Parts: sequence; structure tokens; C-alpha cells
Amino acid sequence: MNFELLIQLLVNGLIVGLLYGVIAMCFVLVYKSTQIVNFAQGEFLLVGAWVCWAFLVYMELPFFVGFLLTLAFMAAFGVLLQMIVLRPMIGEPIISVIMITIGLSIFFQALMKWIFGVDPQSYPQVFDTQSVQIMGLNVEVAYLMSTAIALFIMAAFYFFFKHSKHGLAMRATAFDQQVAQSLGISVKHVFAMSWGIAATVSATAGVVIGLVNGVSDSLSIMGIKVFPAVILGGLDSIVGAIVGGITIGILENLAEFFDSQYFHVGNMYDIAPFYVLLIILWFKPYGLFGTQDIERI
Amino acid sequence: MSQAATKIEPAKPLLSVNNIEVVYDEVIQVLRGVSLDVPEGEIVTLLGPNGAGKSTTLKAISGLLKTENGEVTRGDITFMGERIDSKNAEDVVRSGVFQVMEGRRIIEDMTSIENLKLGAYTRNDKQINQDIEMVFNYFPRLKERTGLAGYLSGGEQQMLAIGRALMARPKMICLDEPSMGLSPLLVKEVFEIIGKINKDQGITMLLVEQNANYAIRAADYGYIMESGKIVLDGTQEQLLNNEDVKEFYLGGGNEERKSFKNLKSYKRRKRWL
Ligand SMILES: Nc1ncnc2c1ncn2[C@@H]1O[C@H](COP(=O)(O)OP(=O)(O)OP(=O)(O)O)[C@@H](O)[C@H]1O
Ligand SMILES: [Mg+2]
Repeated sequence: MNFELLIQLLVNGLIVGLLYGVIAMCFVLVYKSTQIVNFAQGEFLLVGAWVCWAFLVYMELPFFVGFLLTLAFMAAFGVLLQMIVLRPMIGEPIISVIMITIGLSIFFQALMKWIFGVDPQSYPQVFDTQSVQIMGLNVEVAYLMSTAIALFIMAAFYFFFKHSKHGLAMRATAFDQQVAQSLGISVKHVFAMSWGIAATVSATAGVVIGLVNGVSDSLSIMGIKVFPAVILGGLDSIVGAIVGGITIGILENLAEFFDSQYFHVGNMYDIAPFYVLLIILWFKPYGLFGTQDIERI
Repeated sequence: MSQAATKIEPAKPLLSVNNIEVVYDEVIQVLRGVSLDVPEGEIVTLLGPNGAGKSTTLKAISGLLKTENGEVTRGDITFMGERIDSKNAEDVVRSGVFQVMEGRRIIEDMTSIENLKLGAYTRNDKQINQDIEMVFNYFPRLKERTGLAGYLSGGEQQMLAIGRALMARPKMICLDEPSMGLSPLLVKEVFEIIGKINKDQGITMLLVEQNANYAIRAADYGYIMESGKIVLDGTQEQLLNNEDVKEFYLGGGNEERKSFKNLKSYKRRKRWL
């Protein structure tokens, strides 16, 4: 057995898994506070990555300036999307709202192709060195940044939901909208805020992935890829989303390892998480951390 | 509706509900011309059997009716001289009226302190932690329970719900059946604290109850409601001495509901409607 490769792949899995966790958290955030299954989650990454790319390449801004502008843009984007497209859908059947998010997904994919073309593009060089050695392992700087950002976002989520007034208000709204209103919380604002946060945080993930892999259509597939993570964790649990994300990241890489070493089937990387998902749902239909009363769609 | 003649009213009441009609889902009429006044600093109780429309009246005041597809179709509600009947719930809270809903409705997956902090959601001052201590002074047992509020007993949840209302520093609290499901001992304790809060803080209370015995004794003034209308009103003394109230509400001590149900249709119709 090739231990060095195994460990390298496990570390990769953890790093990618943390990012999956971040994306899954955004998905859960929107689901918990607005009861919407957002099939356009991946497009938040896509749009965010393209917008940042445009700031960096067309406007030639320094990376961190372009990145911060992207976050501001995406916050507004998420809030406006909720206000204009989804707010009028409040009270409509859940299936109609799902059709809307699927529609949004297709729309933004097409829009990005129309604006930026169909070819993948890479970001300008951001880091001077490509990789560093940590404990004998070869780690890309971009991966280090990805890990740092993912951990930072998770800590920020924790602080926000545990200690900030608006975070508590969002949890209250997720628990019972009528109670939230009786406390003076504006449910409308909470909805808009949750979409704004989801869009901003997802865009961060989009940019981070873009730095490594370049910007292309495949970013929007992330929205689908985190499904196993989200469902594994239980649709409505933020902690579950993180655990689910890391699990899927590691599983992918384990599958890759065993495939390359023994099976030589090819493509295991993409498929394995879904098989594991099936098996887990068999035993735990509500995911590892989910509450029993959520409805499957 | 007859105003209490014996009472010397100091100027305008804090809250005044004028002849309101409420309709749910555009067709179900629940309130048929309800009027009541709540003077500043007093405790006013609103009594009545199941389905009379007590909770609906409170929701009309607090703006929560809209969350249940209900609407005030006639009449008006004024608080401190300002119309509040078309305001939404958050603005009503901001103008100083806080409703403690029926069934306590605390947020079960949060701790007591988080629930209390949410009570202060509309505030921007720095005294929130001080007020949490103030709530713990009224309800010392809440301080010991640091786990999730969902694991609190019914009585403790009711205390938390009242404490959460205090955190908003409201001018008026509307309490919907605080005694529901509590043991007699706890009912007594909760009512004592309600009286104490009213005295200490001068918070005006509108108290909806089925437990007439305690409610009338706690209140300065009371209204009795039936099928969406006020059928009787009076001061504490007048209500305690009223033959019908005695018979239907105060009858068998704590068993007022039972005796009321048995006697309901015939006598009540004749005398009150
Ligand atoms: N959201 C709603 N939609 C339709 N009808 C409703 C709604 N809420 C209450 N009602 C009806 O309005 C009437 C009055 O209800 P309400 O809850 O105000 O009574 P209540 O006096 O508070 O009774 P209880 O003592 O049981 O709490 C009932 O007939 C009830 O069925
Ligand atoms: Mg009621």
C-alpha cells in the first residue's frame, strides 16, 4: 500500500471537505430559515467566481480589493434575488418554489456563458509560491488559504448564531415564524439576510476553488455535489453540514485511492459519495443530525 | 357597551379597542364588535369560554392576526392615541405592546438566556444583561436551568415567556392564558408575580384567562366575552359580586369550566345576550 499517497489524499479530502462543509452550510442556512431547497446554490459559486474574475482581469484590481468588492456585490445579489424573485413566492406550494430555484440555476448558468463565454479561465497569479512543505507533505498555498478561510467562516457562523442579535433572530425565525414576529423580528429581513449571507459565503468558496481550478461551468456542479453532504448531515443541521462535507471530501479521496491502487474502474471519485449516501440513508433516513419531521422531496 | 359608572377614569385609556370585527380567511367572522379599554398601569382581564375569541382579540391588538390570515374589518385599535390596527407585528412591539402567546411559545432549541435576549430584540441599549438579572430576580429558578428551554417544566416555560416579555421593556403586556396547564400552586405563584411586575414596573397588563377566580382577583377591571362579543364588564368588586359570574365562572372553586359548560346555553342566553 502506498501510504504517502494515502495520507496526501486524506489531507486533500479534508481540505476539500471543509469547503464542501462551507457550501453545505449555506444550503442549510437557506433551508432552515426560509424552507427553500435552493437548487441554485452552485450558481452562487459560479457567479461569485466570475464576478471576482472580472474585477481582477477586466478592471485589473488587486486581488483583495476585487475579492472584497465581490463579497459586497454578492451580498446585494443574494438579498435582491430573495426580495424580487422569492419573496412573491411565499405561501406558494413548495414544488413551485423548487421549480423557481431550478429555473434560477439554469438562468444564471446561461447568463454566465453569455457574458464570459464557454471557455474556462484562470485567475491571475495571486501567490508568489505555489506550494510549501508541511511535515513532509506537499501543500499548495491556495489549499492552505482555502482551509484558513473555511475555518474562519465556520467560526464566524458559530459566533453569529450563538451571540449576535441577528443570528439569534434567524434561529428564532427558523424555529417558529409567528413567535419570531411576536418578538418584533421582521421575517422579511431574516429571509433576505439568509440569502445574502448564503450568496456571499458561497462566492467566497467559488473564488477559492477558482484560484485552484480556474473559473468554469464545473463550479455550479458544486451545488449538486454538496447534496450528499447536506443530506448526510440532515437537511436542517449546520453542524451536520460540516460533518457531512468533511465526510464526503474524505470519501471521494479514499475512493480515488483504492481505485487507483486496486480497482482501476475510473471515475470512482465522483460516484462513491453517492453510494455511501444511499447506504447511510438506508439506516438513518433523516441523516446523521437531522430532525425527524422534515419532509423529503 | 356600558362603561363602569363607578369608576373615575383618568383621561384616555392606554389601549382602546373600539367596536372591532375580525374575519379569518376572508369568510369566518370571529369578533362581532368588541370594545374594551385598558387604563394605564392597571391589570384588565378578559374572560370567556373556549372559542369565544379572546386570543383573536389579543392577536388583533398585537398585529399577529395577519400571520393567520385574519383581518380587522371594522372598528379601530388605538394605543397611546395612535392607531395600531393596521400595523404589522414588529411595529406593534416597537410601539410598546408585547404579547405572550397562548401555550408560552418559547424557543425550545435555545437556552433561557438566548430566549431572554431575543425578548430584547427591538432594543438597542446596553442594559440588556442587567435586565436578564432583573428577570432572574423575579424567577430565580430560571437562573439554575442553564440547558435548553425545551426541557423546562410547563411552569418554568411560562415564567420564561413572561420574562422574555419583560426584556422588551414594554408599556403593556398582553398575556394569553398564563395559567394554562399549570398546577394550582404554580398558578398562584405566576399570578403573584404578574401582580408584582405590574406594581414594581408599572407595566399595564391585559390578561386573558379561563381561570376566572384568580384572574378577577388579580385584575382592576374585567370583561367577559362570549361568541365574539363582550357580554359583561365591571370592576373587580362588581364582577366578584355579580350573580352570573359567581354561578358560571366562580362556581365550584377551581371547577368553573365544568359548571359553566353544564349551565351554558339556557341561562346565559336569557340573561346576557
Ligand atoms: N387562524 C384561524 N383561522 C380560522 N379560524 C380561527 C383561527 N383562529 C381561531 N379561529 C376561530 O375563531 C374562534 C375564536 O378563537 P380564539 O382562539 O380567539 O378563541 P379563544 O377565546 O382564545 O379560545 P380558547 O380559550 O380555546 O383559547 C374559534 O371558533 C376558532 O375556531
Ligand atoms: Mg385562546
